[in-house]
Amino acid sequence: MDDRNVLNTQETFTRAVQFIWREAEMLDRREYNAWLDLWDPQGYYVVPIDPNTTDFAATLNYAYDDHHMREMRVQRMTSGYSASASDAARTVRTVSRFTLSSDAADTVEVKSSQIVVAYKRGANTIFAADLTHRISFASGEPKLQQKVIRLIDSTEALSAVGFLL
Amino acid sequence: MSDTWQTIETSTLRGRVETDRIAPSLYYDPALFEAELERIFYKTWIWVAHESELPNPGDFRTTIIGRQPVIVVRDKTGAVNVLQNRCRHRGATVCEEHKGNAKGFTCPYHSWSYALDGTLRALPYGDGYEGVCEKGDLPLEKLRVGIYQGLIFASFNKDIEPLEDFLGGAKPWIDLFMKQGAGYPVKANGEHKFKFKGNWKIQLENTTDLYHFPVVHKSWMKSIDDETAAAITSFMTSDEAFCRSLGNGHSLAVLMPELVDLDQDDGAPLPERFQELAAQLAERHTPEEVRRIVRSLMGVGFNLNLFPNLALSMAFFRVLRPISAEETEIRHIALAMDGGPDEANRVRLRIHEHFQGPFGFGSPDDAEAWERVQRGAHAGPDIPILVNRGLNRETTAPNGEKTAHATDETGMREAYAQWRAMMEA
Repeated sequence: MDDRNVLNTQETFTRAVQFIWREAEMLDRREYNAWLDLWDPQGYYVVPIDPNTTDFAATLNYAYDDHHMREMRVQRMTSGYSASASDAARTVRTVSRFTLSSDAADTVEVKSSQIVVAYKRGANTIFAADLTHRISFASGEPKLQQKVIRLIDSTEALSAVGFLL
Repeated sequence: MSDTWQTIETSTLRGRVETDRIAPSLYYDPALFEAELERIFYKTWIWVAHESELPNPGDFRTTIIGRQPVIVVRDKTGAVNVLQNRCRHRGATVCEEHKGNAKGFTCPYHSWSYALDGTLRALPYGDGYEGVCEKGDLPLEKLRVGIYQGLIFASFNKDIEPLEDFLGGAKPWIDLFMKQGAGYPVKANGEHKFKFKGNWKIQLENTTDLYHFPVVHKSWMKSIDDETAAAITSFMTSDEAFCRSLGNGHSLAVLMPELVDLDQDDGAPLPERFQELAAQLAERHTPEEVRRIVRSLMGVGFNLNLFPNLALSMAFFRVLRPISAEETEIRHIALAMDGGPDEANRVRLRIHEHFQGPFGFGSPDDAEAWERVQRGAHAGPDIPILVNRGLNRETTAPNGEKTAHATDETGMREAYAQWRAMMEA
């Protein structure tokens, strides 16, 4: 790798991290319609249950959302018709421990850790997870191609979630 | 524990559970909760697993009945054993995995090791036990096991009635439920597990509570096509839909009468949303098979509530576990056609994800309503919780089964009648 490639990689990585932080803030602020615009329409938002699965389509997940399901999920959360979403927990999340796991021509895959503290009716609940973001820069603007949220306690009983991880 | 439940004054239960109402303290009285564990969860048949989860010798899954951890395991002879997950030496659990395959179970504390049928096979440095105790007297304790249609039940009660007698009037409905395999065996295919801050009976009531559906699940209905939404809520005004008590605490709510018996094809056009899948299936299946598979994708048109911890609910198993008086764990187990077409099984998974689990479009709203019940029930301890809906239109068949409108609370009344009978026994 020559120096210029190193610089390119560094720059892409930095842009990806900034993108992920911007996404995190949108989710904490419940700016869900803006969040939808971060996506490549072909992308998938996945919260798996099985810690080892990579074939998400063939296994049961908590969420396995294509474009249509993402839109419906956001609609549900913003419509006022869902009691759990209307009275959802407030969240503050920290995303850190970024590593670049692959770096193709226009696409990067970034791994990170996420800790969400969700506050509702006097109780704070922690959702800790490993994240993998696949982000495309093909159009110039970063777009999410896949986001996988692997909760560390995915096989245990969780509390109902009225927000996006 | 047993000291606690003896303090329950059973003569007062009649005042706390009447035909048409219950006292709110049934949701939060800790002494009552202890008594429920002793008199219901340690006395009757409790569902622990489905046979498809244990296809091979050595396959196991662990679960908890009341507070007691157990292992459900298939042994070398093919028999299913339900063993107390507790070493006979000092009481440590011998298995902490949710599921897996094992040759036996070894206690991590002093290496006592047990066979798949619970026999104590070996312990280290046995000279300290010579003349003290016999290995043969110290197996992992076995529970009674009963299996019906692949549903594995266990009981701590050595004198319990046969499982088939206990299931009684629910059996024909279990048979109908399993037809959603569409010619393939029904297989457990993953599960959503979540907790809510509320009493287990609030969930028990909910399975035959169709009255809540259009209210609580409005946001889910807005996310599906109009055709499906109309079909699934037609019970609100239909005379064909009904709620029925089946005896022994079991009950039934039929919401889509046309999907009660999936062998009976009414010839109605397949739903628009499944046309693409039907076209794919048609490449490898006869038109009859395609209709059979597609008509079964949403499961059957009813919820069957089996007292106290299992429901066969449309397309999935619902399992409840009381954690404390004010906390309950729910599992929604997805079902697949074992050996059936992958593309159809994937659609079943997506349907399950859409509604169920902590991220579903349905379950979180249920949980919100149940937690509100739990919180609200603390107000006005003398004001009863009403389970009287439809008493004015309930009819009783010669076999004792009561039937009323689909939105009526006949199923809850059946569950509470059984609850009182077991608590007073």
